[in-house]
Amino acid sequence: MSASAAKVARRRLTNVVFEAFCVVVTVVALAALAAILWSLLSKGIVGLNLDTFTLSTPAPGSRGGLANAIVGSIMMCLLAMVMSVVVGVLAGTWLAEYGGRSAYGSVVRFLNDVLLSAPSILVGLFVYEILVAPFHSFSGFAGSVALALLAVPVITRTTEDVLSLQAATLREAGVALGAPLSYVIRTIIWRSARSGLLTGALLAFARISGETAPLLFTALNNQFFSLDLRGQTANLPIVIYNFALSAQEDWQRLAWTGALLIAATVLAVTVVARIVAKEQRRS
Amino acid sequence: MNTLNQVEDFATSIADVDKANVKVDVRALNFFYGKTPALKNVSIPFARNKVTALIGPSGCGKSTLLRTLNRMYALYPGQRAEGEIMLDGENILAPGADLARLRARVGMVFQKPTPFPMTVYDNVAFGIRLYENLSKVDMDVRVEEALTRAALWGEVKDNLKGPGLGLSGGQQQRLCVARGVAVRPEVLLLDEPTSALDPISSAKLEETVTQLKADHTIVIVTHNLGQAGRVSDYTGFMYLGELIEFGPTEDLFQRPATKKTSDYITGRFG
Repeated sequence: MSASAAKVARRRLTNVVFEAFCVVVTVVALAALAAILWSLLSKGIVGLNLDTFTLSTPAPGSRGGLANAIVGSIMMCLLAMVMSVVVGVLAGTWLAEYGGRSAYGSVVRFLNDVLLSAPSILVGLFVYEILVAPFHSFSGFAGSVALALLAVPVITRTTEDVLSLQAATLREAGVALGAPLSYVIRTIIWRSARSGLLTGALLAFARISGETAPLLFTALNNQFFSLDLRGQTANLPIVIYNFALSAQEDWQRLAWTGALLIAATVLAVTVVARIVAKEQRRS
Repeated sequence: MNTLNQVEDFATSIADVDKANVKVDVRALNFFYGKTPALKNVSIPFARNKVTALIGPSGCGKSTLLRTLNRMYALYPGQRAEGEIMLDGENILAPGADLARLRARVGMVFQKPTPFPMTVYDNVAFGIRLYENLSKVDMDVRVEEALTRAALWGEVKDNLKGPGLGLSGGQQQRLCVARGVAVRPEVLLLDEPTSALDPISSAKLEETVTQLKADHTIVIVTHNLGQAGRVSDYTGFMYLGELIEFGPTEDLFQRPATKKTSDYITGRFG
């Protein structure tokens, strides 16, 4: 009897210790996150004003903003998203609806997973070799392609997952009316999965919006405002990288502001993705 | 039990089904999921403008048989059928058959309601748009007609632009029936259409089925023996992939010819 009481006491103690450990570790992780956000917010908000959005990156000591980098980043990300949504959704659809069970399908899925965790600097280097070196010119277009290559595996994966979750009977119900499978997929399955597909695209966007390494080899940077993706294109990540390492205090301030803008965008996109996903579950 | 003899036995009991009135004639059908046989030498006629029920314990092959009639199984590699299924004298298992056209002629309603993620109206119009170019007015008429035949018009006529998924389970299932009959199929396959419904919705659907046979040949798979008794003219009892007995529903339920059938309908197994 007493032996069993001791056992119970020990089990209680183990439980308390384990729970306390979990709480402590969680607090440490959250504290680190809070510290990052705090320094980002406190240092970034100082430089945030109208100039940030209207003026281009300045020469040392003069007045300036991030307009060229913001616009460059938006253009490259949007173009990258267009390319990656088309490729990713179609590839994911193929995996989920057509070839996913074949040997070739497993190979494609495996390679996609490899690409999903490929170091982004390798992707940059690859695009440099095929789109920059042969033309002897860095370009925003090459930057978009590099970003798209990072987004495609994310979208392919989420598309396959989301489509696989759609009831087989929904597919059969469409086919049972005499519709070809491809028509059923486009008009019923995609529509039924639309919020999941949107979530995947938003997550991919969040993933690429802060990528620096692939742009170093491709878009590089541009201190002037330009809408031409055929040439070097300014972008937030590289401006942050350059300015943060400089000795100029106003440049450092702009780097923090740029970092804050990216973080805020990613946060907003993630929140939207969550809301959209919730809508999906409800309907 | 010798399956060949069985087939001959049926030939006599099938005589009740007037040969000229056979809409779909299944002959010596074998079906395989990969290497696993699921139907063994099944021969069964489905009479024109009658309701034929398929009953039997889970896994006996009744849903499989249903899914061969519109070749739904063809969506899945590894599933195959051997034998003949004559639809108005034309073998639908023959290679080169136009599956989309076949499925427009042989409609299907599933166990769980499967409304498409669109409005009530578009759900019904979906199938019609595949094959016909109707004006707005003609389409309105067809949609109303289909919903009326599925006994749903009264409940949704003020909410045609509402989402199909917003209807109750019973309404969703009748929406699926409306969608199925809207394309005017010759044959309608119902795969346990009331198993996900409450008793009142089930009764409404059964009533609908009875009315639909004026225009359609209906095959219904059901676990509910009472339902088979109420709605069907003919019943086939299946067990382990074989058709054990087939005949007019009344005969099969009141004078089952085999012990297996009588055991099943009296609830001794299943």
